[in-house]
Amino acid sequence: MSADIAAPRSQRLDPKYVRARKSRGSFEMIAWLFMRLSGVALIVLIFGHLFANLMLGEGITGINFGFVAGKWADPVWMFWDLAMLWLAMLHGTNGVRTIINDYAEKPVTRVWLKGILYVATIVIVVLGTLVIFTFDPCIPGSTLSVCQ
Amino acid sequence: MSKASSGTLYRGHEGMWSWVGHRVTGVVIFLFLLVHVLDTSLVRVSPGAYDAVMSTYKNPLMALGETALVAAIVFHAFNGLRLILVDFWKSGTKYHRQMLWGVLALWVITMVAFSIRHLSIAFGGH
Repeated sequence: MSADIAAPRSQRLDPKYVRARKSRGSFEMIAWLFMRLSGVALIVLIFGHLFANLMLGEGITGINFGFVAGKWADPVWMFWDLAMLWLAMLHGTNGVRTIINDYAEKPVTRVWLKGILYVATIVIVVLGTLVIFTFDPCIPGSTLSVCQ
Repeated sequence: MSKASSGTLYRGHEGMWSWVGHRVTGVVIFLFLLVHVLDTSLVRVSPGAYDAVMSTYKNPLMALGETALVAAIVFHAFNGLRLILVDFWKSGTKYHRQMLWGVLALWVITMVAFSIRHLSIAFGGH
């Protein structure tokens, strides 16, 4: 009584129509999960950053070299800014990668746009990381205790 | 809306506009982030170079731009939490519209508070 009906698309398609053939493994799923996890972390990091820099004290008028020196004298703010830099850049890069995949149709255009994106990301992440770790608050005539 | 698109549940409705808003704010924030790392990097050039560029951010006209940037960030943040609830909460897809109105309400409240503080500092001239 029971007819053996093959499940849809089970080995019945010409291989040239099988889209899943060139599988990229679980990369896209990990990228999707990363956007959600880093997004939650970035809300805490960026809201804290904006509150400390723009809402407290003198707000934007108080931001100058001395303000940065004061913040980065504290390892917590160094780590805060480092985490914010890396997570925001990776989150933003993956977002723009998705947009390029959606709108750039010619393979050569996609390769070029993503190439420019990835080079920009590497330059900004490396530059920002070096700035955080090599920052020197001691300018001539500084009265900061670390410079005495 | 054209008759041709009246049959879709998605196009032209809350889901589409929140998606457009998330994309546009995301790109704006990313472009500012690139500039912001570069301007902060001036602390390694000289205190004078950094302070000179920071003084341009203290211009009242720039304060309006900063408020717009924060508006983009706050919308992206709250709508991002809504997306997470749509994906992971079992009733998320059912209440995605109501959650968008919640996002917009929280966005307005946050931006009123931010704007009062930031613009009074920026236009206060002290």
